[in-house]
Amino acid sequence: MGMTGIEIYKLLPQTNCGDCGVPTCLAFAMKLAAGQAELAKCPHVSETSREKLDSASAPPVMPVSIGAFKTGGETVLFRHEKTFVNPTGIAVLVTDAMPDADVDSRLKAFADLRYDRVGMLLAADLVAVKSTGGDAAVFGNLVAKVSGAVDAGLILMSDSADVLAAGLAHAADRKPLLYAATKANADAVAKLALDSKCPVAVKGANMDEVIELTQKLSGMGIKEIVIDSGSRSMKKAFEDQIAIRRAAIKSAFRPLGYPTIAFPCEMADNFMEETLIASTMVAKYAGIVVLSDLRGEGLFPLLVQRMNIFTDPQRPMATEQGIYPINNPDENAPVMVTTNFSLTYFIVSGEIEGSRVPAWLLVMDCEGLSVLTAWAAGKFVGDAIGAFVKKSGITDKIKHRSIVIPGYSAAISGDLEEQLPDWKITIGPREAAHIPAFLKQYQA
Amino acid sequence: MAFETPKVNYSGTIREITLGTGPKAVTVGGSTSYPFHLFEGTMPHPPRIAMEVLDHRPEDWPEAAIAPFAEVLDNPAAWAKKNVDEYGADMIALQMASIDPNGLNRSAREAADVAKKVIAAVDVPVILWGVANHEKDTEVLRILAEECEGKNLALGPIEEGDYKQIGAGALAYKHVAVASSPIDVNLAKQLNILLGNLGVPADKILVDPTTGPLGYGLEYTYSVMERDRMAALTQEDEKLQYPLICNVGSEVWKTKEAKIAAADDPKLGDAKERGILLESITAMSLLISGADILIMRHPESVKLIRKMIKNLME
Repeated sequence: MGMTGIEIYKLLPQTNCGDCGVPTCLAFAMKLAAGQAELAKCPHVSETSREKLDSASAPPVMPVSIGAFKTGGETVLFRHEKTFVNPTGIAVLVTDAMPDADVDSRLKAFADLRYDRVGMLLAADLVAVKSTGGDAAVFGNLVAKVSGAVDAGLILMSDSADVLAAGLAHAADRKPLLYAATKANADAVAKLALDSKCPVAVKGANMDEVIELTQKLSGMGIKEIVIDSGSRSMKKAFEDQIAIRRAAIKSAFRPLGYPTIAFPCEMADNFMEETLIASTMVAKYAGIVVLSDLRGEGLFPLLVQRMNIFTDPQRPMATEQGIYPINNPDENAPVMVTTNFSLTYFIVSGEIEGSRVPAWLLVMDCEGLSVLTAWAAGKFVGDAIGAFVKKSGITDKIKHRSIVIPGYSAAISGDLEEQLPDWKITIGPREAAHIPAFLKQYQA
Repeated sequence: MAFETPKVNYSGTIREITLGTGPKAVTVGGSTSYPFHLFEGTMPHPPRIAMEVLDHRPEDWPEAAIAPFAEVLDNPAAWAKKNVDEYGADMIALQMASIDPNGLNRSAREAADVAKKVIAAVDVPVILWGVANHEKDTEVLRILAEECEGKNLALGPIEEGDYKQIGAGALAYKHVAVASSPIDVNLAKQLNILLGNLGVPADKILVDPTTGPLGYGLEYTYSVMERDRMAALTQEDEKLQYPLICNVGSEVWKTKEAKIAAADDPKLGDAKERGILLESITAMSLLISGADILIMRHPESVKLIRKMIKNLME
């Protein structure tokens, strides 16, 4: 990244040995420049060249692992340019000042609040465990409890390296994020991070202090760093997020080339406002957001927003092809067919569900295109739908032979009749919103 | 050396558009930078919210959305007045859903009479929103454009298929045209050009990029709006330098997730707060991608979003 193929070529052995699987060093260099090969494939590159190439090819925002959770690695400012890489981590805060019941309810919510959507699992990722009293033993016990209860990435929070060490003793194998190295404790916390090989967060009073801290830590050999810019007003936190991402990507400014952590839990008066601040931070660049609690009415919308923001902007979302029973249909229930664009599926299935009429929905793989687009692309047409209906297995589930096609694909009904001669083809409504009214008067 | 945020070079400004007349008129637009990027530009008119009124009694709204309007659901004019007096609405957006040929199919005359009562009941600007049926929208909006001359209403959604008819009404009687295109920067630009060619003045156009609610296409609207602002502000694309309006409320509250009772899926939590957050997270996302006007439904969502705008401005 940042280097041309020719520049990379100059650092390679130039022997054209082919051991990397590419015939010439120049061709290999071109592949490296395009991000299509890894330097590790070349067994002969010198140590000095490797260092130069590694630092040149490091992503502008350093990737950081906290246990199984990954953050950073971003390469763009706007999602339409290229897919954002690692979805913002959602963390819930527990502290040693909380009554046990509050800690337990948060851990239970962390474990329970999981949602399946478009075949993806949506859930919170991390638990932030905070020492408020500075008592190492109390903190150690809390960390032990949390790490025993949930399989989460962990953030250990204290101003004191000794307290952090006490917590770490109960969770070292989870590689928790140590929060935070500040101007006052940077040496001690940095040493703990180096010894334990754990990622570490820096917290500065302002951007200059943040830069000082990351430079100090990276100078000590620490690679995995997370930034807290210290701002707790929404306006300043928003500006900081933009400043940090721009500095990393537009200016390739190393000291700010790290993922960030934001604390909506310290920025709002109530749960609703906190959730909205978190949603702003999800869209604008936070690597992790720490929430005061996990409640379905807030977590679910936030997770869906996160999924929306971090999806591939090029590729439409797709639902799996198949037969979807809605409202417990029986052998006389109507059969409707549509394409597998996720939004189409969601809206159509939602309307059928809302109608309370039992029905079978056939979702046909059209590469994630909507009805009109798929029809225009020649994918949602008579012979394709006919073949799909025949092999879908729907005939094992119903007695009748009637099928409803979307109103927008009325033009294909003739072709479909040829493909399905024993079937009655009915043209349904154009808009999904009119499905309930349609189903109420329709007889399969 | 102190750190300085790398700045964007802006070369364009969003046009200022005024809706309504008199002391309660609302001006939007005027931004010289990306939304809320106040460290490198100005937003002389922070985004505003228009509160929704339906022109007939809603049938499929969840309880949470019905409750705040319980006693005015049959009276759109009283509903509008309640939104202004009680919930502090800056503007009213009248959803003329009753004209839908696939629904109530109310006559244009009848619907226009209801709309006129709403317009008469409030002193804030009114946005009239049809059902995206070209014939029906044209019929109703033509009547209203003529009979409400000088009110400086906003008329929408105006699409490529009916821009001549509705645009002509806006032009002749001095209303604002809401140019609506299906989530595409180039189509948005094209429609703005067509309206310009028709003679609609540049200070009488708002752009509706088409709103995908949370979970149902939000990301498409979000990115189209970011690209739109990018073209308008950094590439001097004059034909995109219009304020953006997003029809949030009705799109969000018709989704399945906004309607499910808490008892039917306990993991989704409290139904009322969930609905409010679905609406306000959609609104929040669109604010930071460039919305100048948000059409919203629930008074609590409106209150939350007002607070967030204030937080980001101050």
